[in-house]
Amino acid sequence: MLAYIIRRFLLLIVVLFGVSVLLFGILMTFSPERRAATYVTSPQQAKDIPKIIRQFGLDDPFYAQYFRWIKEVAKGNMGWSLVSARPVSEAFWTYLPVTIEMNLFAAPIVIFFGIWLGTLAGINRDTWIDHSTRIMAIVGWSLPTFLFALVMLMVFYGYFNLFSPGILSDQLAMFIYDNPDRFHRYTKLYTVDGILNGRLDVTLDAMAHLVLPVMTYIIVVVALNMRVMRSGMIEELSKDYVITALAKGADKRTIHIKHARRNALLPVITVAGQMVAYSMEGSVAVEVVFNRQGIGWWLAESAIQLDMPVLMCICLFMGVVFVVTNLTLDILYAYIDPRIRLT
Amino acid sequence: MGQHPRLRELKFTLHRIFRNPAAIIGFTLLFFFTAVAIFAPQIAPPKYAHNPYIMPHKGYSPTPKPPSKASIFGTTSGQYDIFYGAVWGTRTAFKIGLFVVGIATIVGIALGAISGYYGGIIDEILMRITDIIWAIPTVVLAMAIVVAFGRGLDKIMIALALIEWRWYVRVLRSEILTLRDQDFVHAARLMGVSDLKIILRHILPNAIYPVLILASMDMGSMVIIAAFMSFVGLGAPPGYADWGQMVALARNYIVGPPDDPFKFWYTIVVPGGCIVLFVLAWNLIGDALRDAFDPRLRRR
Repeated sequence: MLAYIIRRFLLLIVVLFGVSVLLFGILMTFSPERRAATYVTSPQQAKDIPKIIRQFGLDDPFYAQYFRWIKEVAKGNMGWSLVSARPVSEAFWTYLPVTIEMNLFAAPIVIFFGIWLGTLAGINRDTWIDHSTRIMAIVGWSLPTFLFALVMLMVFYGYFNLFSPGILSDQLAMFIYDNPDRFHRYTKLYTVDGILNGRLDVTLDAMAHLVLPVMTYIIVVVALNMRVMRSGMIEELSKDYVITALAKGADKRTIHIKHARRNALLPVITVAGQMVAYSMEGSVAVEVVFNRQGIGWWLAESAIQLDMPVLMCICLFMGVVFVVTNLTLDILYAYIDPRIRLT
Repeated sequence: MGQHPRLRELKFTLHRIFRNPAAIIGFTLLFFFTAVAIFAPQIAPPKYAHNPYIMPHKGYSPTPKPPSKASIFGTTSGQYDIFYGAVWGTRTAFKIGLFVVGIATIVGIALGAISGYYGGIIDEILMRITDIIWAIPTVVLAMAIVVAFGRGLDKIMIALALIEWRWYVRVLRSEILTLRDQDFVHAARLMGVSDLKIILRHILPNAIYPVLILASMDMGSMVIIAAFMSFVGLGAPPGYADWGQMVALARNYIVGPPDDPFKFWYTIVVPGGCIVLFVLAWNLIGDALRDAFDPRLRRR
């Protein structure tokens, strides 16, 4: 087990190194002149471009520039963001809580509904329950997140005038901005900070703004979870121990919930890593449409304005999150299921 | 039955597929979209013969106009004809899907077969490279590549093709790993059949189904991702017949005036409906293929 973890850890370093080389390689497809141009702010400075290239070593060989870059990244210096007009690493921490907040609300609901509906479909295989969850899954899979988000806005905001886009109502946002001493941003999550500051109206307002994004997100992501759970359930229910339990007279509910479901949960853990990637992708679309200034929104905005340092920072961040989650899940998997021997 | 066993299996598979109502809906939708794509010049005659993908527009008013005799689905922001865009957008969608999935499949099959069949150090290196690309979500990496290469629908297609092969390598490799040590492969090798022939004639036909299912599902999801990137503003120039961009044009009109909130419904329902139905068609087909090829469900 320990040897496995060490091996995986070494591989993690290899992958992260590869990701950084890949990203830097993408950046290096820009010509030295084009990269130098980011330092130029007025037309008069354009004649200095050859000087800038020499000064910053922009036409050095790839590895020299790469090591200079990775040294800065290791120090936490990710460069300057044009979109945010701030250093990337500083801006990153203002956008991250928004994305985390949404995921904190969405993830438990996705997991709960996925497992519940999947179990239900697996137990009632080939009945109308199974067929309708299957149709739901395929349709959910076919709905582009951004389109579904727009339709949600159209119906709930446009027609019912219920939930508005954004993170917080303007009035409350202005109040918090103007009174940093009366409203402390302990966690930077509005829902939590509202409670900590004794301002329930902020919490409720932030939650009202979360309803549509979270709903959009769930309906699109839950399908995968549900289908995996369903096939796991069907597989487990056909195994000998279930038949034995039935023969001994155990009631169906006990068999389904206590015996089969626990085993069927294992494959769900293996796809959880994939779900992390999907949820990161999904949050880009949701944040763009609902105008929530999180990581996904920042990514899209930077892509439009060709803000390469931001794109590299987000790619690197997501790469780290993805690789570390997968490693954790694999170790967790072996821990939960003793039949698995890691080599 | 004097038929070749592979032919017999194929017949059985087709029979299974077309017993499934979902597959019939899927293939009907696909047939419809294919017909629209092929006969696009007849259905919506282009105004600019040299560049039929540019949507014709009468005037520049940003306010959409409801369906009328002149444009049966109405016009979207910028007075682009929605019907024309929907018809020619079908071609764009097919172009995106076929290009990305085609390249991803070819690259994936080649690398996956080499990696799975030979194993050893080649496998190790190829799998680590796949791991690296695997670590970044498709949309995020595609955006970074598009920014580096420059905007445009063709750049989006190239970026997605550069990323998407990673799925095919993994799927095909794991299939081949289970086949590699089976008796019929050993027998072929003992008889002196060349590696290339073993892979092409004995292994690939048995390992290709999961790849086909994946490819079918991918046709849809690639169109979704490309549409999203167009929606964000990384795609085709304004006026290009592309469903994602038409949704982007509708974006400011999803909420109408207070007395009639759904006033501009046609601007989003038509292109949005096209995307959903197109993707649904491929997903239904993929799902039916999975049922038909799943050995556990096959003979019952």
